[in-house]
Amino acid sequence: MDQTEIQKKIQELQSLAEKSSVDIQSDLKRLQEKLSEGRVTPQDLWKRVLLARNSDRPTTLEVISHITEQFLELHGDRVFGDDPALVGGVGLMDGRPITFIGHQKGRNMKENIRRNYGWAHPEGYRKALRLAHEAEKFGRPLVTFIDTAGAYPGLAAEERGIGEAIARNLKEFALLKIPVICFILGEGGSGGAIGIAVGNEVFMLENSYYSVISPEGCASILMRDPSKAPEAAAQLKMQPQDLLSFGVIDGIIPEPPGGAHTDHAYTAANIKQQILESLKRLEQKTGEQLARERMTKFLAMGRFVEEEGSKQNFFQRLFGLNKKN
Amino acid sequence: MALFSNLLGRMFSGKKPAPTQVVPLKDERTFVAQKHSCPACHTHLDEGELERNLFVCPQCSHHFRITPVERIKFLSDPGTFQEFSSEVQTTNPIGFPGYEAKLNEAKAATGLADAILNGFVQIDGRKAIFSIMTFKFMGGSMGSVAGEKLTRALLTGIEKRLPVILFTTSGGMRMQEGIFSLMQMAKTSAAIAQMELSQIPLFVVLTDPTYGGVTASFAMLGDVIIAEPGASIGFAGPRVIESTIRQKLPEGFQKSEFLLQKGFIDAIVSRAELKKTLGFLIDTHMARLKVR
Ligand SMILES: [Zn+2]
Repeated sequence: MDQTEIQKKIQELQSLAEKSSVDIQSDLKRLQEKLSEGRVTPQDLWKRVLLARNSDRPTTLEVISHITEQFLELHGDRVFGDDPALVGGVGLMDGRPITFIGHQKGRNMKENIRRNYGWAHPEGYRKALRLAHEAEKFGRPLVTFIDTAGAYPGLAAEERGIGEAIARNLKEFALLKIPVICFILGEGGSGGAIGIAVGNEVFMLENSYYSVISPEGCASILMRDPSKAPEAAAQLKMQPQDLLSFGVIDGIIPEPPGGAHTDHAYTAANIKQQILESLKRLEQKTGEQLARERMTKFLAMGRFVEEEGSKQNFFQRLFGLNKKN
Repeated sequence: MALFSNLLGRMFSGKKPAPTQVVPLKDERTFVAQKHSCPACHTHLDEGELERNLFVCPQCSHHFRITPVERIKFLSDPGTFQEFSSEVQTTNPIGFPGYEAKLNEAKAATGLADAILNGFVQIDGRKAIFSIMTFKFMGGSMGSVAGEKLTRALLTGIEKRLPVILFTTSGGMRMQEGIFSLMQMAKTSAAIAQMELSQIPLFVVLTDPTYGGVTASFAMLGDVIIAEPGASIGFAGPRVIESTIRQKLPEGFQKSEFLLQKGFIDAIVSRAELKKTLGFLIDTHMARLKVR
């Protein structure tokens, strides 16, 4: 089968899969894998970018309501105000307490105006940090959901120090002595995304993306043409398989055929399963271990070359220092 | 990041600069060489006079951008600078088209391996570590190498129990390195978290311009944060903000003085006073460590 044939077959199966037969779903998955192994055109990838932005995709609060028996939203940064674009609170999942935070998009225009389309302000990031510290104080694991095009590029955000708010989160999240598990739900847009994504384990939903810049932004700078965004999206290597192969994320959460918006419950169940699996691993470690492993993981991020004869191992030195402290 | 786009866009699009920008982002020193006047106040000024005054206009105090080599010359004792971590070299981690060519261009133009230079220095006899960024290397954008070098400067400070001084200037993260560049924000911040545990002081000197992921990570994490006068410092670039809020930005927005008023920096220090101030900060922050 060539690529167009595979695509045609996928479309066929997708319409059949509405009835949700397990066999069809596994066939579909196999075909999608086949497609991803072969040459995928920028247009194929672009469809997935559009899926990541689909306004019917499950939002943070919807995922939380699916996976918890009970949840109480906790508001405010205790300094300036409450940011509806970045929410959080405490919940019970299978009877165990967990703190959740995440970007919150709206489902329609009215909601989106209130939620600022998931573009958070400094008070959102400060609320997130407050809740993270509250979770640490009471020994609760922290689960974060990332779904934002970016931190809000506005006058008020600058006045209240959006840079400082994200920077502080990056430093403080590194030090948390609790398990931190992060999920990129839809859009993982640059600094606004990583501001709540410093986790022991980071997962991406199958059709999400995580990037230093939006494909439109990249296309308009480097190609002087925002309409070349699909090409830029391919060049930026921002999709889950890419990030998994780079070792930047720890796993991919499967979505139902057609995308997460077609079946919220199924998507949420997969997320819950991953949280339980990760917690089984992470809850065996001490708080100190969790913080150190998280720090070391992010300290090792990056790709560069080193000239021969200069193999200083900074991380070993780091561990040496840790022992002393 | 968005603001990187803004700065680069402004540099190369040939469009008029945003109204908040007093000085055009083209090379101001070329302006002085050609027009023999200050681009900010237009008083007569020649290159020799400017250099003798540490590249600060004697008339209006406009601080010109300077190279890492000039910064070392103005702020440390002669002959004490000793580079380290130069073995870390840039690669093309996500195979981004055209990245190698851009790197080679930047290397040829600056004589530097990437946008950051590390070294041991002495400031009036006090030992310290400098980590200096340069805007001339691909807009001071931060990729894996800048992140690694900065991290090594911080960890070396912990190891050798020396204060670390970072001089920032950047348009944001280096998009040609994709997700790896974004990760440098978390990486450098984790190194600063490590530093905090070790109680080694970190001083940040913000210089013109500092934007994007650099502002949203290590630039805002110093124990003491100083800015040069009149520097532009922010997360999103002014043009991006103007197009978001659809109105003109107020005079002085995102300047050092604005950040001081909003409470995000500790002090504004002129280039002539900076060496003395850094020496004083080392004395006041290293006293306990020296006693041990
Ligand atoms: Zn002047």
